[in-house]
Amino acid sequence: MKPAFLFAIFASLALLAFSTYQGLYVAPRDVNQGDVFRIFYYHVPSAWVGGLCFFFNFCASLWYLFRKQPAVDAFALASAEVGVVFCTIVLITGPLWARPIWGIWWTWDPRLTSTFVLWLIYCSYLILRKFASGGQGAVLGAALAIFGFVDVPIVYFSIRIFRTQHPQPVFAGGENSGMEVHMLHAFLWNLLAFTILGLVILWARYIVQRLDQSVEDAHKASALAAGGAQ
Amino acid sequence: MSAQPAVKPASPSVSPGFVAVLRATIAKDLRMEWRSKDAINSMLFFSLLVVVIFSFSFDPTAETSREIAGGLIWVSFLFAAVVALNQTWARELRNQALDAFRVSPAPPNSLFAAKALGNMIFVTILECLMAPLFTMFYNLRALGNWKLLPAITLLGTWALVVNGTFFAAMSIRTRIREVLLPLILFPISLPALLGMVSATTAVLTGENSPIIWLKLLAVYDVVFTTVCLSLFGVIINAE
Repeated sequence: MKPAFLFAIFASLALLAFSTYQGLYVAPRDVNQGDVFRIFYYHVPSAWVGGLCFFFNFCASLWYLFRKQPAVDAFALASAEVGVVFCTIVLITGPLWARPIWGIWWTWDPRLTSTFVLWLIYCSYLILRKFASGGQGAVLGAALAIFGFVDVPIVYFSIRIFRTQHPQPVFAGGENSGMEVHMLHAFLWNLLAFTILGLVILWARYIVQRLDQSVEDAHKASALAAGGAQ
Repeated sequence: MSAQPAVKPASPSVSPGFVAVLRATIAKDLRMEWRSKDAINSMLFFSLLVVVIFSFSFDPTAETSREIAGGLIWVSFLFAAVVALNQTWARELRNQALDAFRVSPAPPNSLFAAKALGNMIFVTILECLMAPLFTMFYNLRALGNWKLLPAITLLGTWALVVNGTFFAAMSIRTRIREVLLPLILFPISLPALLGMVSATTAVLTGENSPIIWLKLLAVYDVVFTTVCLSLFGVIINAE
């Protein structure tokens, strides 16, 4: 386990360095947006990793409700945490990009609002996990994760209906329809690097959570032993 | 409290049926509420306060108030409903009534359905009492099809109450209890709130059709009632 984990860390760091070089130096300046566009190489891969983590969280939660394995629960909690971190990066890099390009920090457009609501839902999951302990917290968390995941498409559609009924703010098109080949390479390298980075962080968080669980079990066992001795 | 005189199992081996437990629990909750009036009184007072506080922030008699009234009404109902929802399970914790229910052979979903329906009744009563007051205080007049308002109210209230009852059962088992309920309920309820507010505003202003929002609310209700009923047994037995 240990050498594999160390190798994964080194691989992800090396890949990240290479993809950062690609994004900052190799990819050309965007014709319309200039250097600001380079934030795209971090914004979109972060969104992808966040979404992936939330999907992992849903699968693990569903599995946990059927099998009740502590390891699966540790994975669910770890993936929700890492997902919230990457979602936060998306919500920070988004306004940083929007300000120079759209002229505003934030607009209540469907995609932005949905991402924000998604972030809120998984934050509430983390709050629940913080205040519910042990196996009970795991079951409650798993149930809330299923609610959250079922809610996501409804959130997206409801906000889309809401926005299409109202005039859109002045809006300079989303992503470019086509992409220059060096840009595409830089983007794909960053996508790969961020995915690996996300998985490595997830792995690390999972190991810590497993340790936490075994510490808690040891406390329980010693408390039981002390009770039995009396 | 845990005694349910209406449930009479025919023989020890036969577990009480879904409808019997449902009826007994609702009757018990309604009787308790009728005698104490805890939930209704606190909800009513809370909504009244919201009406007054909101009237400070804008001119309540202006024509434009029609455009924000939908949001205002539902915000007051939402926060008032949390008061009732939090009391749902708290009274079952006294004398370990909930634990007694868990070890009994009664179906867990009947308890959930009874609690959700009970809350639905409480919140609907609150809405019936508050609606005339809102109309009066904010000088409201529906420019759209007002006959849709009862449908919006029923679908919207159920959307709040079904998830609220479920999440109240979850939050009661955590360390911070009542404090947690709004924190986990509101994010999940955001699409339903958007639906209720937009539908109500559409009816009040008469500018566009609320039908699509009614459909959204109906879908939300069906989806989350299904999820609640399929997960409640797991929640109630969580160790």
